[in-house]
Amino acid sequence: MAEINGAPVLEAAGLRKEFGDLVAVDDVSLRVRPARSLAIVGESGSGKTTIARMIVGLERPTSGTISACGHDRSRPARSLRDRRRRGREVQIVFQDPYTSLDPRQTAEDAIDEVLRLHHGGSDQRRRERTAELIDLVGLDARQSRSLPRTLSGGQRQRVAIARALAAEPRILILDESVAALDVSIQAQVLNLLADIRDETGVSYVLISHDLAVVRQLADEVLVLYRGRVVESGSTARVLDDPQDSYTRRLRASVPRPGWKPIRSVSAGTEQEASNQ
Amino acid sequence: MLTSVRSTGLAGIASAAVITAATLVAVFGPLLAPYNSDLPNLSLAWIGPGGGHLLGFDVQGRDVLSRLLVGARTSMLGPLVVVIVSVITGVGFAVVAAWRRGTADAVISSGLDILFAFPGILLAVLATAIFGAGLPAAAIALSIAYMPYVARVLRGAALRERSQPYVTALEVQGASASSICLRHLVPNILPLIVAQATILFGYAMVDLAAISFLGLGVQPPKPDWGVMISENQTGIVQGYPLPALTAGLCIVAVVIAFNVLGERLFERAQAERG
Amino acid sequence: MSEPAAASTTAAPAQAGPAAPLLEVDGLTVRLTVKGAKRPVLRDVSLTIRPGEALGLVGESGSGKSMTARAIDRLLPRGAEVDGSIRYDGHDVAALSGTGLRQYRNQVAMIFQDPRAHTNPVRRIGDFMTEALRTNLGVHAAEANRRALEMLEQVGIGGGTRRLRQHPHELSGGMLQRVMIATALLTEPRLLLADEPTTALDVTTQSEVMAILDDLRREFGLAMLFITHDLELAAAICDRTAVMYAGQIVEVRSSALLHDDPLHPYTAALAAARPDISRTAARLLAIPGRPLSAFEAPAAECAFAPRCGYAQDACLAALPDLVELDGGMSRCVRVRELRGRLGTSDG
Repeated sequence: MAEINGAPVLEAAGLRKEFGDLVAVDDVSLRVRPARSLAIVGESGSGKTTIARMIVGLERPTSGTISACGHDRSRPARSLRDRRRRGREVQIVFQDPYTSLDPRQTAEDAIDEVLRLHHGGSDQRRRERTAELIDLVGLDARQSRSLPRTLSGGQRQRVAIARALAAEPRILILDESVAALDVSIQAQVLNLLADIRDETGVSYVLISHDLAVVRQLADEVLVLYRGRVVESGSTARVLDDPQDSYTRRLRASVPRPGWKPIRSVSAGTEQEASNQ
Repeated sequence: MLTSVRSTGLAGIASAAVITAATLVAVFGPLLAPYNSDLPNLSLAWIGPGGGHLLGFDVQGRDVLSRLLVGARTSMLGPLVVVIVSVITGVGFAVVAAWRRGTADAVISSGLDILFAFPGILLAVLATAIFGAGLPAAAIALSIAYMPYVARVLRGAALRERSQPYVTALEVQGASASSICLRHLVPNILPLIVAQATILFGYAMVDLAAISFLGLGVQPPKPDWGVMISENQTGIVQGYPLPALTAGLCIVAVVIAFNVLGERLFERAQAERG
Repeated sequence: MSEPAAASTTAAPAQAGPAAPLLEVDGLTVRLTVKGAKRPVLRDVSLTIRPGEALGLVGESGSGKSMTARAIDRLLPRGAEVDGSIRYDGHDVAALSGTGLRQYRNQVAMIFQDPRAHTNPVRRIGDFMTEALRTNLGVHAAEANRRALEMLEQVGIGGGTRRLRQHPHELSGGMLQRVMIATALLTEPRLLLADEPTTALDVTTQSEVMAILDDLRREFGLAMLFITHDLELAAAICDRTAVMYAGQIVEVRSSALLHDDPLHPYTAALAAARPDISRTAARLLAIPGRPLSAFEAPAAECAFAPRCGYAQDACLAALPDLVELDGGMSRCVRVRELRGRLGTSDG
């Protein structure tokens, strides 16, 4: 799939999603260039997860367009072949390592299933490729033959990443993929993701609430508040010199040495229960 | 499977033993029976145990023990058919409803609710009227009656599995609905299915025995346990309770065994889920 | 900031300090039965909290931080084997029962990570908040409601009696957690056990809730044990911070010094592994391996040694003791020679 150098691998314009009366996503546009990474940052109710789900095809936009690798995906796939092709363009790694793998499937079987789905090939070829992927995510042969219940959270996430990469996607959506990991493991997985990007040229769309993780992994960032983009730009600029008041508040809320928590909103102005 | 049974404790193991014995008798009954179970000999009617006949003779002078051993076949086969048919169709509906959700789920659930309203016995009467009395009609009727129960219990579990991220991951990969359901969803609810099927066997056995007792299921003079109770019921008041009671005890023993094992397996399936 | 006197692990409170310790945990070792085998979850945990003092307890999975709070609140699962002692205001907590235990529960309040899991969805906020007051302290319903309303104002929830009639699902996570804090404070406790109270909240809400907690703590002179996985958060709001690994305390340090002058390699490694919001590192300083639980850790060596950049043979020879140094404590045999080499030089 040759593309003109610089043409975006993922593009969305005017995305809007309504759930009944609730407008979860309001006029969001984004663009990801080849081998670059975009972070979508926001808190609960910001719409970031809904956007991820729309990109990957699990939700249908109320209006707006999305295209990946030059193919439009604003409407649901019409055939199984279509869905499979889209799977080779965009893949996703979820947040919870404990439910994102089939508990009855070993790591290598999970990867093999995806290989068979997309690339066919002989048993031998698939076995080799499985071994390559296992190695790429830093697991060993014993772990690849293990069931999820014998693997730790970090190891399970590695399997999930390998499974997603088996489809050889151009875009990988990381939906809070390191949020549930211990700090020391999170660092390992972030390093791994950077290595994978260097090696395969995949583009990340990082959905996160953690600004430090965003700084580490993403070139550009979109800040969302209640479904709308309030600020966007290069990660360094947005985090070092935030222009929007919400972005400033977000930045100021991150604990660091010498930090004192701020009490900015007064009684009752905090949003009542949304769809939490 | 064996580890599942072993882990259910003493009661579970005892139940499994009873079930195994009953199955073996069902399979080899006619070979094990010491005497002919069909030939009536009225001059021997109601004679008690003695002289090689451990349980005596029934209302038509046939050896009770032999009849019990041969009768095990239909007594066990009937419930087996009911369980297989109701579980397969129940799983099918449950998985389709859980997978497609929305309208399809609403329609299926309403349909099941309507079917739920028909008691097994009523359906058996209906089936008899249509197909004539006998085991096939009774078994079909009961399968239809049990199917909504199975589907309802499994629908909940199937819904839970369906909403797990690993299923979503496979959808995003472009795997077909049928391959996800057959290779991932069903295997993950299999412990629950097995537990349900086991419990259901016990219920089916009681219901089929009742249906046969009423004359709608297995027809006399076939040596079915339910039929034996019906044939020999007059003996209870006349002072010859053994034929009817031993048949009843066989049913009770096997049903309790299935219930106990099924409950234990169910608990284990629930615990695994949690 | 003056360094509080070194926490003593012995029974005699001989050190200089404004008051006797409110909570003294000494040599706490807990074993739980898992699948027939006895497994340690806490090993020789000792800590003290003075009245009005906030102690942070930081650790990753399996460190035992939550278990410590549960042990203090007597919420351990049945069949747990407990060695060592927990003394509150001089009384042995394990020996309390009946009235004594009820009084203890009034004085030591706990807030959990997920407020929804600890509230009954069919009960109204008002009923739930005033339950302890009415049942344990015999306060009249009207008076209890008045106090509840007052406390809700303190945590920044207005709305008057309408609020009291609401159900938990009508409030967002952050608001519900504030209700939990208010509820905890109604019985006028002297010690607050906060088990990851803000982990499930948005970061701006977290800041909000932490500010409220901090204000109220100072206003009521509450002591607090604040449990979290976030080293920066603990250090920001607690006077001292304790770090746990594999069921043991590995460091206790004044929060002001924790970042620049940690005493244990694990603390330093944990701080260094976090990505920095102000710059993109070429590569994060990841700790190899994964965090161990108490029952996985070998009994006679330093549990962190296999992952430690400073490990030597001595570290594998015996289980290191907690060593006092410069007002803090460290479970590292090389603490003196590593002094000053562990902290990050840049801010």
